[in-house]
Amino acid sequence: MISELGHFALVLALAVAVVQAVVPLIGAQKRWSGWMAVADPAAVVQFVLIAVAFGALTWAFVTSDFSLRLVVLNSHTDKPMLYKVSGVWGNHEGSLLLWVLILAAYGSAAALFGGNLPATLKARVLSVQGMIGVAFLAFLLFTSNPFLRLAEPPLNGDDLNPLLQDPGLAFHPPFLYLGYVGLSMAFSFAVAALIEGRVDAAWARWVRPWTLAAWIFLTIGIALGSWWAYYELGWGGFWFWDPVENASFMPWLFAAALLHSAIVVEKRESLKAWTILLSILAFGFSLIGTFIVRSGVITSVHAFANDPERGVFILMILGVFMGGALTLFAARAGAMEAKGIFAMVSRESALVVNNLLLAVAAFVVFVGTIWPLVAEMLWDRKLSVGAPFFDAAFSPFMIGLAVLLPIGAMLPWKRAEVGRVFRQLIPALILAVACGLLAWALETGRSAVGPVAAALGAWLVFGALTDLWARTGRGAVRGRLQRLGRLPRADWGRVTAHAGLGVTMIAVGAMNAWATEIIKVVQVGESFPLHGYEVTLNKVEQVEGPNYLSTMAEMAVRRDGREVAVLYPEKRVYPVQAMPTTEAALDYGFFRDIYLVIGDPQDNGGWAIRGYWKPLANWLWIGAALMALGGLLSLSDRRYRVAAGAARRAAAPVAAE
Amino acid sequence: MRLILALCLSLLAFPALAVQPDEVLPDPALEARARAISQLLRCPVCQGENIDDSNADISRDLRLLVRERLVAGDSDDAVIDFVVDRYGEFVLFEPRATGSNLVLWLAGPGMLLLGGIAAFAFLRRRAAQQTEALSAEEEARLKEILKE
Repeated sequence: MISELGHFALVLALAVAVVQAVVPLIGAQKRWSGWMAVADPAAVVQFVLIAVAFGALTWAFVTSDFSLRLVVLNSHTDKPMLYKVSGVWGNHEGSLLLWVLILAAYGSAAALFGGNLPATLKARVLSVQGMIGVAFLAFLLFTSNPFLRLAEPPLNGDDLNPLLQDPGLAFHPPFLYLGYVGLSMAFSFAVAALIEGRVDAAWARWVRPWTLAAWIFLTIGIALGSWWAYYELGWGGFWFWDPVENASFMPWLFAAALLHSAIVVEKRESLKAWTILLSILAFGFSLIGTFIVRSGVITSVHAFANDPERGVFILMILGVFMGGALTLFAARAGAMEAKGIFAMVSRESALVVNNLLLAVAAFVVFVGTIWPLVAEMLWDRKLSVGAPFFDAAFSPFMIGLAVLLPIGAMLPWKRAEVGRVFRQLIPALILAVACGLLAWALETGRSAVGPVAAALGAWLVFGALTDLWARTGRGAVRGRLQRLGRLPRADWGRVTAHAGLGVTMIAVGAMNAWATEIIKVVQVGESFPLHGYEVTLNKVEQVEGPNYLSTMAEMAVRRDGREVAVLYPEKRVYPVQAMPTTEAALDYGFFRDIYLVIGDPQDNGGWAIRGYWKPLANWLWIGAALMALGGLLSLSDRRYRVAAGAARRAAAPVAAE
Repeated sequence: MRLILALCLSLLAFPALAVQPDEVLPDPALEARARAISQLLRCPVCQGENIDDSNADISRDLRLLVRERLVAGDSDDAVIDFVVDRYGEFVLFEPRATGSNLVLWLAGPGMLLLGGIAAFAFLRRRAAQQTEALSAEEEARLKEILKE
């Protein structure tokens, strides 16, 4: 009964989305305020209806309602509650329902908090948002209905893929979708602005928070996925250039470019056409990502739907939205006249270079991802494009970005002198070179990757600090320190995010260059050395978990005779899916992780053991967290809060104090 | 990587972890070369992984094959050629920059060049407008104003 209610709510939501797509659009064209006003309640009602559907599906999972096909395929009564809930989006149908739920949530947020938007712009934004809703609700209902019933329900389900039964992965998809779908707002604003034929500073100020939010969510989502891969897959890799990872990375790069170019539109009324194009492309690549994950066209390891029919449907959605938006862009972009004038050397130019590097880097990832498909279609060549290609073709852009970023971030608007900025950055440069040399002197091999990454990362971090200090102006140190606290949050955000990028870069370099590994047969009671630590295999025993059986080792890690940690790496078998997983055990540290994995028992007694020493592994997630925090600080800047506050006052004039 | 790994795992009831202790060559220099080569080769059945990380049986065979060739004295390139000759281009993670693959390798630099030219033209146009903004007359007036 509850499932039928959910199904019915979903059908109703589609009907409401159709109304939301059509009525406000006509209203905005004819200037009928009544028709335009339909958008607000429609967006909210659509959200409520989808939320009811999502609630119904969640209820089915929580109560293990095995009359639903989806629950049978992805759940089991013995599964812990957290994974019963995360099982809702651990599959194609449910994750798509989450996708449309988030889409509707963004739409209703724009309806509720967009009080200060011009009426026609708001109506058109919500109409475009409604169109996207129609497309995806239709996709959901016609090809991927989550509420299908079974005539003969089985007694128990097939369980969720054990690899997905993990806290890191439980929250990875929602964050990614919040990011992907958040870019739909930038898209809707771009299309609405093209229909209006008007882009100004105010438009950029409305678009930027949505883009920032989407970028923050994408950052967190990607970092969670990477962290999960690091500790779950058993060899401590954190990025594999897999097509599905690339699918999330491309929108991230475009979103990063977009939130920088939107600053130029906001502050200087320039780069308008480019910013519109980026808004369209950023969402376009979100859709391409959806296509890659769910069509099975590009062989990927993420097991979601491999259904050609669904692939064709998504391709149609992609074609209609990108084709439509780009046609509109071609027709109207000429009208976006740029106002701001600036010199060759200026912050505007620096941001153009930033956009060039980020966009081309995203393009390289895109070409590399679809190349196997292209080569097979055109030349019948079956080939692979993997990590070695991306390392070689993508990294130069990031190196270029890192070299230029600290200088670009400090250039003043309109007209600047590189020499003047560079002189301020000399201490940062010296420190960066010193870090690189230190890394070079300390490393055992003679690899260039580690020292270069250390120098570049340090250049970014110290450059960001220099940037912050320079913002406090001149005068006595005490006065400048006081001014530090009064700087706009946007400044703090910029500096934090740029430093975060530096920290991440240092970690990537360190992990690639200096991680050490040991693979060994170890007898119970035996010890072996691991990068200055001594690891002892104390015992191995069989343990029973809620829905799995585990072979658990106890291993003591010592340094100079002093115990550092006792770790329990496991090898689990999930009987329902007859699937084994490795659960590595980690001793997290600020400067290094100790990473232990237990393998198979050997014929002559003893166990295959793998141990890793991973330098600065945590800096990866710290760097990502700093980037996300920087985004949050920027998002909470006064100029956005003031705008939001104005909207609230206009909407509800509460009693004055 | 991730879920095909799951797939690979479910094919083999009890998988071995990637590189096994018995595979490791006694000569550390040779072993290091073997590891580097292994990371360039794709496991033919679990499509997203290199043979160094993969748990599949065929990856183990390939890892042993690579080591065999290295011990026999082949150069790194010769070993890679040996494997590619038998298993096809598909196992090579770094596509060779020949024939149609040149498009792939040149896509990035080419796009950077095109984008760079477009961006440069755009910036010059904006900068040129600025220099036009002050005529000689205005310059003179500006000087006068500054004098006052």
